[in-house]
Amino acid sequence: MRSGGDARLITLPAAELAPRIAAYDAVRGAERRRIAIGGVVLLALVLVSGWVAQVRPGLIWDRGSQFFGYFDRLFTLEQGAHAGQRVWMDPAEWFWGLGKWLDLLGDTILMAYTGTLLGATGALVLGLLAAGNTVTNPWLRATVKRLLEFCRTVPEIVFALIFVIAFGLGPLPGVLALAIHSLGALGKQTTELVENIDMKPVEGLQSTGANWAQMARFAVVPQILPGFLGYALLRFEINVRGAAVLGFVGAGGIGQDLIEAVRKFYYNDVAALLVLIILTVFIIDTLTGFARRWLLEGRA
Amino acid sequence: MNGTALRAEALARLPELRARHPGVFRAITPMRAGVVGAFLFGTVLLAYGIWRLDIEPARLLSGFGQLFHFVTLMLPPDPGSWKTATHILHALAETLAIALLGTLLAATLAMPLALLAARNTTIHAVMRFLSRRTLDSLRGIDALIWALIWVSVVGLGPFAGVLAIMTSDIGSFGKLFSEAMEAADRKPQEGVVASGGSGVARVRFGVLPEVMPVLAGQVLYMFESNVRSSTIIGIVGAGGIGLTLAEMIRTLEWPTASFIVLLILVMVAAIDWVSSILRRRIAGG
Repeated sequence: MRSGGDARLITLPAAELAPRIAAYDAVRGAERRRIAIGGVVLLALVLVSGWVAQVRPGLIWDRGSQFFGYFDRLFTLEQGAHAGQRVWMDPAEWFWGLGKWLDLLGDTILMAYTGTLLGATGALVLGLLAAGNTVTNPWLRATVKRLLEFCRTVPEIVFALIFVIAFGLGPLPGVLALAIHSLGALGKQTTELVENIDMKPVEGLQSTGANWAQMARFAVVPQILPGFLGYALLRFEINVRGAAVLGFVGAGGIGQDLIEAVRKFYYNDVAALLVLIILTVFIIDTLTGFARRWLLEGRA
Repeated sequence: MNGTALRAEALARLPELRARHPGVFRAITPMRAGVVGAFLFGTVLLAYGIWRLDIEPARLLSGFGQLFHFVTLMLPPDPGSWKTATHILHALAETLAIALLGTLLAATLAMPLALLAARNTTIHAVMRFLSRRTLDSLRGIDALIWALIWVSVVGLGPFAGVLAIMTSDIGSFGKLFSEAMEAADRKPQEGVVASGGSGVARVRFGVLPEVMPVLAGQVLYMFESNVRSSTIIGIVGAGGIGLTLAEMIRTLEWPTASFIVLLILVMVAAIDWVSSILRRRIAGG
């Protein structure tokens, strides 16, 4: 409430206030200086980067309209009775290759599924071997850890590039690339799950004379399984997105048709394929989201 | 009493126990049936996948033979000549530049969209809905596809890469930022409003100071991930090391290719290390 002269500001005497203000300024000043130095360093980095990456703001100014023009052309029919109108005026013409594309999308999802399953199976074993509380041999652990690190740091499309040469064109190199990348990523997550388990069941089994495999099967796996399946589902989602672009290097799936359509300027096909990919990703995300929630609540 | 006698006695009581607790002794529980069913379905789908995707043992065998041959050719990693080495280093610098600029541009452009998309800072529910859908569709398209599109718009080169990283990241940043803002403590905001602050002042002094460190951490984290993605967008011609790497692999220059992969691994590890230090300092205050 603002009510004229009644509100009286109660302050300390100036003599007591001054040192407090000075102290406040000193603290804030140090912080501001730090932010300013950070800003200058960042600005310098940006300028150097702009120079290295040959950024030409003028170009975006000139071509900015082209970006929207590109999307305009994507969604303008080029052929058929409704040529020149928006694509959704004539869905039959727009999605002329629907049967073929759905087949390819099915292949893409199947690639993601096969790759995830193979990678997850390997990750369960290697993840157990890399965990500090189940394996005591430091050499074995370190070797497995480095292997997993290598598998997840090299991008899957680089694996795909190499595998295409070794195995020939088609979905096979794509599946293998996805499997290896999933192995690396899921292996690390499994290791972390295993390192956080309750050790009492493990001790219980060891005291009854169980061997390593029995200990892993009956003490470790039941504890990590819900978390592991959750991560595997998440990896499947990521792999569906990944599988959609592996075709760019000839490793099967819908990407092959997409890159061809972009390179040959079949605008309507590009739009149709993009819509189909976004829809597929959305549906897969929703389904796995349900599955994950069911998994978490079912076991809680 | 020895073990055998104990066992015999326990087994003798089995029929009685079985009769008293039939539920525990049932061989097929709904849970088990479900697990077995899921397992069977998964296996059948895997078999179908293997058949449909032409995964044949003979092809696998010859492929792995080839692969082993390539690996022997890859060792030791070797750039070949000084000229190639400097070219590779330049391409690596380009990769880092693409990641940095793409991340910063995306963070800047995502900020207004995130403000509109967060429940406690938006100006209207309709704006919130529109903003969220925009972010969703930007995020739905892979960076590599954006790179392909930007190459058709601005031509080959790293600039297309910057724009590609930027476009796909606006979606991720917008989502992360708006979630961070929605999770902000309400008390400082109520304080600003109670002392007569406007809506803008509430966001500026009540929300932003609290979420800024979180957002900075997310930007750094995304920068790490973008260094990885910008190593590959060159495959479609959008600058960076990916173009050189794809060329070397396709022309079967294996020592050079493995040298590039090694450098990428070192660079990614170095960036992760620096960024984790920075993130810890930001989180610490």
